[in-house]
Amino acid sequence: MTTGSKWMAALAGAAALIMPLGAFGAPASANYPAKIGDGEGQLNIVAWEGYAQDDWIKPFEKETGCQVHAKYAGSSDEMVALMRSGGGGEYDLVSASGDASLRLIYGGNVQPLDVKLIPAWNDFLPNLKSPPHNTLNGLHYGLSYEWGPNVLLWNTDKIKEAPKSWAAIYDAQYKGKVTVPDNPIQIADAALYLMKAEPKLGIKDPYELTQDQLAAAAALLKKQRPLIKKYWALASDEIELFKNGDAVIGAAWPYQTNTLKAAGVKVEDTIPEEGATGWADSWMLSAKSKHVNCAYKFMNYVSTPKVQAQQAIYFGETPANPKACDAMNAIEAGSCEKYHLNAPASYFDKIHFWKTPLPTCADGSRKCTSYSDWQRAWQQVKG
Amino acid sequence: MESRLTRILLGTWVVLVLLFLFVPIAIIVLYAFNASNVQSWPISGFSLKWFPSTWHNDEVREALWLSIRAGVLATFLAVIFGTAAAFAVHRFRFVGREALSFIVVLPIALPGIITGMALNSFFVFWHIPLSYWTIVIGHTTFCIVIVYNNVLARLRQVPRSLSEASMDLGADSWSTFRRVTLPTISTALIAGALLAFALSFDEVIVTTFTAGAQNTLPLWIFGAIRLGQKLPEVNVIVLVVMAVTFIPVFLAYRVTQPGSAKS
Amino acid sequence: MTAAEFGLDGRQGGALRRLSALFWRRPSLALVGLVVPPLAWLVLIYIAALGVLFIAAFWSVDPFTGEIDRTWTLANFEAVVSISTYRTIVFRTILIAAAVTLTDAILAFPVAYFMARIAGRRLRLVLITLVVLPLWSSYLARIYAWRLILAHDGALNWALRAIGLPSLSIGYSNWAMWIVFSYVWLPFMIMPVYAALERIPPSYFEASQDLGARGWRTLVKVVLPLAMPGLIAGSIFTFSLTLGDYITPVLVGGPGSDFIGNVVYSNVGVANNIPFAAAYATVPLVMMALYLWGARRLGAFEVM
Repeated sequence: MTTGSKWMAALAGAAALIMPLGAFGAPASANYPAKIGDGEGQLNIVAWEGYAQDDWIKPFEKETGCQVHAKYAGSSDEMVALMRSGGGGEYDLVSASGDASLRLIYGGNVQPLDVKLIPAWNDFLPNLKSPPHNTLNGLHYGLSYEWGPNVLLWNTDKIKEAPKSWAAIYDAQYKGKVTVPDNPIQIADAALYLMKAEPKLGIKDPYELTQDQLAAAAALLKKQRPLIKKYWALASDEIELFKNGDAVIGAAWPYQTNTLKAAGVKVEDTIPEEGATGWADSWMLSAKSKHVNCAYKFMNYVSTPKVQAQQAIYFGETPANPKACDAMNAIEAGSCEKYHLNAPASYFDKIHFWKTPLPTCADGSRKCTSYSDWQRAWQQVKG
Repeated sequence: MESRLTRILLGTWVVLVLLFLFVPIAIIVLYAFNASNVQSWPISGFSLKWFPSTWHNDEVREALWLSIRAGVLATFLAVIFGTAAAFAVHRFRFVGREALSFIVVLPIALPGIITGMALNSFFVFWHIPLSYWTIVIGHTTFCIVIVYNNVLARLRQVPRSLSEASMDLGADSWSTFRRVTLPTISTALIAGALLAFALSFDEVIVTTFTAGAQNTLPLWIFGAIRLGQKLPEVNVIVLVVMAVTFIPVFLAYRVTQPGSAKS
Repeated sequence: MTAAEFGLDGRQGGALRRLSALFWRRPSLALVGLVVPPLAWLVLIYIAALGVLFIAAFWSVDPFTGEIDRTWTLANFEAVVSISTYRTIVFRTILIAAAVTLTDAILAFPVAYFMARIAGRRLRLVLITLVVLPLWSSYLARIYAWRLILAHDGALNWALRAIGLPSLSIGYSNWAMWIVFSYVWLPFMIMPVYAALERIPPSYFEASQDLGARGWRTLVKVVLPLAMPGLIAGSIFTFSLTLGDYITPVLVGGPGSDFIGNVVYSNVGVANNIPFAAAYATVPLVMMALYLWGARRLGAFEVM
């Protein structure tokens, strides 16, 4: 072996070690703590914007002595990257949506939780106790938190007649005034629209697309591109686009609606007739967490009705714990009904929750497209 | 000398460029007093409420303190490495001299995201948890070139004969270094160190990959911008940092200017 | 060399003095002492990490398992070349980086000239401070402020309407990126150009004029060549900083504003695609290597 090739081999070996090992399978056995011990004084979390507000974090810190350090992420991709950064031991908890949670489970980045240590779990909506996006082989890798739809948002000054269909964001009359999220998962929104608009494509699940179906969704999005003012990457992007007259219609989180209304902008939002994509977030515990006790204390705390309600009203979403209803109404009258916590079943069914597109379809065939494919298609849509 | 017309035209140009530089900063200052947390033009109302709320924001304090500590140490290391590299490249002809001058420039000549990714994989490889120290390592790496460039530029402008003359006049090499070389490069060192600190203090991209759970000030600002709830606090902190740094920066440049009083 | 160089006469700096004297007598030791620390830092930390990263560019990701397949392949590079979107993004990035560099050179030169040649000492100080002061305010906050200026109902259009001009629609577009990039990197151009001009002895100007050269000739034949190192040093900053940015496109770009950095970042985000991210990142790497090589060929490094 020459020195040169030795050097190359050494480099290759080094590179092999640093690369994420990908799907080596979720750990099969769980190593639960017997009980929640004393806090470690610190807790590092990766969270969605607005998920670590002083209103409820400060009391937690005071109560438990666990100082919360929050890192905000703007997309599920970023969350996954952060949880894997530095070998994975940097953060204890992540508020992962369904399109990130499976990637984290299969990537071995998170560990199973003992729900017995979190009594409020028993009160959760039945659909969210062991949902497929955070529970695998009976192991709970995530604790459901909040959920909600991606809504259609519009400016009521500029658009008098309330739109009822997602067709509005593909409508040429709003050329240069449309904004949608800068996120590959936006392809699912197009697919959802195509489920109804072009049934012959045979899309059954907007997250399970064959090559042809993915191409059709991408074609629709490419046609939409000339209408787009900006693909928003941050929640504040969309807020400013609407506030400063750059956009009049788009896909949004209810958070933007709430903030814009508070700032006096005339906007409304709706779940159109096709239904909507949406998120169901779970708190997930890093496989290498150094602050497991604080993490469990935190998960207990945020599952309580009061915090669930505070979070829900702040962001404009629905708690996993239906006992939060009264607390919600106490903060904002009628909000429990507004966010459908009292009659969630039909509302729940309207929402197609984010999940990671996998090359293996639900029927076991390998015809579906992977998230990498989606990502590349999305890049080509944006140009 | 330049004609009167040239001077007036140049003066006007300077004023216009300064306006270009400061209009956004005027906006930052103005919107620190914004009553609403959503920016719109013209400003909807004035309020002083963001000043106390920024002051009481622990996240801001922690982030500011971390940024200062990281910037100071990174600048210190960059001054040592950058000056050493500049002297080596200037004084000596050696194998790998070209390579050294290339490698020094590389961390800033390559996109920050590459530097960030590379450093991140390095830390993971050696099982170094991301922390204050990894931030410092990252910042030092791209700050070396700033000091190096400044010092090397100055060394090239100083005739070698100067130090030789000093030695011929009987000064020893240390005295020559201290009394001839150091004064000639000291202004370049200060300017380089200031720029390096400023760069470190404001760096986002590499820091994204080298910071762990802790936030530097720019990372906190990015978080605040994303959400938009605390936007005026961002403006407040930027305003305060500028106000605090204006005098030291001014004084630092004053001593570095040729013709000013030097001991 | 005289005995004085040993200078053990009790003045301050004894240890440093001895070290310095040793270095003076044994230049090779001095060289080692100077070269090893920075070189070790950069090679052991940075170059090694870069090498490791770029080996990954020749790997691939298994689409079914998501695992990294460590057989050597050129597939990532083929994708970079063959998929038109990726080519477009490369061209867009280079084009805007070049436009920004040129714009900054044009904006900076007269300012630097004024500072170096016309302004008195006091004014020069004030100007230097003003030019670098923006670097002390957050780069993110300044970019963010531009959104308010360039927005549809923003400050610029408000001002244009006030003086009876039609409003512009340049918010969230490549025009916005050109303006904002030129804005944020401008101090990085002014300072080196100023440093280069400041060092030109006044006698050069007088000599040129004594020889009968008019203002323009002096500028072109004397000042510009001497300012060139500064301009090239500045251009390395403006070009590379623009090339590597991915935050400005996110904040002020529109549809079709993605840079190389955005593609790399989004591929890192999916983690499994680090091979492709690394492959795409070789594009700016090669570009900057060529740029630096060109700068060196022009002799810029020697006079920098």
